[in-house]
Amino acid sequence: MLEVKNLHVHYGGIHALKGINFSVPEKKIITLIGANGAGKSTTLRTICGLVDKSDGKIFYKDKDISDFETRERTLDGLVMVPEGRRIFPNLSVYENLQLGAFKRNNQKEIKSDLNWVYELFPRLKERLTQKAGTLSGGEQQMLAVGRALMSRPELLLMDEPSLGLAPLLVKEIFEIIEEINEQGTTILLIEQNAYAALNIADYAYVMETGMISLEGEGKELLKKDEVIKAYLGA
Amino acid sequence: MSKTKKQLLTTGALILLGICILWAQSNFNNYTLRILNLSAIYAILGVSLNLIFGFTGQFSLGHAGFMAIGAYTTSLLIIPKYYKEMTFLIEPLIWPFSVLQLPFIVALLLGGLFAAIFAIIIGLPVLRLRGDYLGIATLGFAEIIRVIANNIPQITNGALGLKGIPAYTNLWWTLGFTVFTIFVIKRLIASSYGRALMAIRENEIAAEAIGVSLTYHKVMSFTVSAFFAGIGGGLLASLLTTIDPRAFMFVMTFNILIVVVIGGLGSITGTVIAAFLFNFMLEYLRPIEQGFDLGFISFPEIPGLRMVTFSLALLVVIIYNQNGLMGKLEFTWQGLFDFIDRIKNPKNSDEKGVS
Repeated sequence: MLEVKNLHVHYGGIHALKGINFSVPEKKIITLIGANGAGKSTTLRTICGLVDKSDGKIFYKDKDISDFETRERTLDGLVMVPEGRRIFPNLSVYENLQLGAFKRNNQKEIKSDLNWVYELFPRLKERLTQKAGTLSGGEQQMLAVGRALMSRPELLLMDEPSLGLAPLLVKEIFEIIEEINEQGTTILLIEQNAYAALNIADYAYVMETGMISLEGEGKELLKKDEVIKAYLGA
Repeated sequence: MSKTKKQLLTTGALILLGICILWAQSNFNNYTLRILNLSAIYAILGVSLNLIFGFTGQFSLGHAGFMAIGAYTTSLLIIPKYYKEMTFLIEPLIWPFSVLQLPFIVALLLGGLFAAIFAIIIGLPVLRLRGDYLGIATLGFAEIIRVIANNIPQITNGALGLKGIPAYTNLWWTLGFTVFTIFVIKRLIASSYGRALMAIRENEIAAEAIGVSLTYHKVMSFTVSAFFAGIGGGLLASLLTTIDPRAFMFVMTFNILIVVVIGGLGSITGTVIAAFLFNFMLEYLRPIEQGFDLGFISFPEIPGLRMVTFSLALLVVIIYNQNGLMGKLEFTWQGLFDFIDRIKNPKNSDEKGVS
């Protein structure tokens, strides 16, 4: 569904991505793990068009989207849940969710999707009129995910959904990610929490200093010595 | 509350406003009428600045520039021909302004349109900037407009300014346009465009990620804002009957900024209240400029002390109540009835909360 080929990104003089290649097949959960500064978020932001690449190609549904604007990319079901939640703090939960459906017109479908989001996150339904900024960290993350779902993503890009959440909430978020995937959405997940991410991933890539150093099926990587040493602590 | 009931109440309120205007026009003296007119014009300007600054979150300081464009356009289109010949002594007025004389309403709308066109031209490059930088760039634009107005005597009569502008402006015009401005901007805010604007204010990256086109929405908001600033400028010109470039210095923008910040960024209701409060305070504070004696200490006559009071008020608002008078709350009929309800039965107040 998504093909990244030889992607290079520079931030000024810093070579942040040094030619990475990976692919995300349809209906799978793919994860990119790695330490801080490995280039995970940069990869995601480049796919969305928030950061300009310096070289390489990005194919989405066999179409070269490398030179598209962010807005044009989102039109075709490529949606990102940005890092650090980035909800709209002064708008109500309901308005946040409605904004997720900004590009859609079919009110009936929007309504049924809204109900689906309520089902996934019953806590959001309880707080519909509340300002999003007053939600707890976990609820904000749920709202960010819910908002992304409202745009009917075919490929959902998630940037560290577990960031700053209590272990129990992390578990909850990951269960929901699996559930979203089971309903037919492809997911590209970026995580520092390697253990949780590898557990649900069909295939995983390990990034180090702008390159992909290791790849394999999620559960297999969990057993590899290098991964255990570097990310899981042994 | 049903929609029809709300519409009925709004219509009723508008009729009441009409009766009030009718009564005020014949019973108030010119001094009070002038303050009311100024207040209404400030309300128009404030609400329009609130659209770009309060709702879209773009720090624009170019309002005086758009007002100048609107004021000059409107004036040139309504000044009678013989007056124009009398005023333009240094260089004659260029065609087509030299022969045109249009009805006030058309001239006002054209003034707004001109300001809006300028807003598109300026906005496309400038709105890529963020925060303070946008403020500086738009401020620069307003100054450029003023300097240009000073230096094209064949259109603006240079520093001498325009005189003999027919005094069409009265409460019907000013309050009528206030209602019109509020109506349009309120509808805009309630639409999906409005949501997109607020999304941009809250978080540009997230807004872009859900598919909001930043450039399009920012420029649209900027243009609508400039349109009403232009109309406000036109009304002001006809109220003062004379304008010159000095009338559109940065202080003008600053006054409107005070109104918007004190009223509450993102609240139309707050802006309107603050606009009236600002203008009436400005008049009632006149005595303190004439020097006064507190018994133990006496103050000499200090012109400009009124503005110091406003600077202090602004400081107090910024330090103690950043949301201004109204925060982001708006007046609604539902809110009014809940409020009356709460006064009648104070016991229920805890359960309902603020609407």
